[in-house]
Amino acid sequence: MSSVISDIEKANLKEKYQDFKVGDTVRVYAKIIEGDKERLQGFEGVVIAKKGSGARETFTVRKVVQGVGVERIFPVHSPKVDRIKIVKQGKVRRAKLYYLRDRIGSRATKIQDKEVQNTSDQQAAA
Amino acid sequence: MLEGIIGKKIGMTQVYDKSGAVVPVTVIEAGPCFVVAKNKDSKKVQVGYGKAKKSSKSLSGHFKKAGVDENLKVLKEFSCDDLDGIQLGQQIKVDIFKEGSKVSVTGTSIGKGFAGTVKRHHFRRSPMSHGSKSHRIPGSIGAGTTPGRVYKGKRLAGRMGGEQVTVKNLSVVRIDPEKNLVLLRGAVPGFKGGYIIIRKGKA
Repeated sequence: MSSVISDIEKANLKEKYQDFKVGDTVRVYAKIIEGDKERLQGFEGVVIAKKGSGARETFTVRKVVQGVGVERIFPVHSPKVDRIKIVKQGKVRRAKLYYLRDRIGSRATKIQDKEVQNTSDQQAAA
Repeated sequence: MLEGIIGKKIGMTQVYDKSGAVVPVTVIEAGPCFVVAKNKDSKKVQVGYGKAKKSSKSLSGHFKKAGVDENLKVLKEFSCDDLDGIQLGQQIKVDIFKEGSKVSVTGTSIGKGFAGTVKRHHFRRSPMSHGSKSHRIPGSIGAGTTPGRVYKGKRLAGRMGGEQVTVKNLSVVRIDPEKNLVLLRGAVPGFKGGYIIIRKGKA
């Protein structure tokens, strides 16, 4: 990449940002404008993917609302993302958790004791 | 003020606007251009841009007459509303543009080589399966004995790209006079490092 472009992208970078991993449950505080007021809106869910690198890095947060999956993609360095809070750290073996999209019910969470949870889920599904 | 400037495409990236939304931009190194000649009758100014390793004797004489020491690579004429305000040898920089204004960009599109009608003219494809043997062929190119020839201008396969293309109404996202940079919203014809001409839009 040309040095001119990397300079421009460097200016886009945030100095400090919360580091998180795929599988973590996070709460993203995004700035939204209502009328002429600006306020923060939280969006809590599981990080199912991280894409890109540097100034162009984005991440996808998925949550299930009343049985309907909702995903939002945020740029990591977007000025609209005020801060990111890690609610829960997850243990996963994939970089992209797209398999969660095919799951129904309370199977969107996977943490340290995931094996216990998985078996109970399987019984429930069967 | 001049109506345009010569530049070089550097590449694309993205920046955030004031509301925090992502804007796709093309980065262009534009200028500094040097005024090489003026024509009072046609109200045009000839400017040059880029460094050539060497120029022909006639061209370097042309540059010397204007007081430009460098050998310029690209020469282009622009119309100008105020000829008296411009001297020979003067530098034209990106500050002739304003952030938020509209410009049009002329460049040479990337050559695609010999391309078929599907790619070149957006013809529809034939069925790819179910016994079809014609996949990307153009189909009929005209009637039979009457007229007994193919009409001129019939769209067929051939060389695609590598021709002059102008994109209008691109908005100027940012200018950086120190680094001679212009950031335009959207794509610009041509490959990275290609020479392009930026002109002021009407609005």
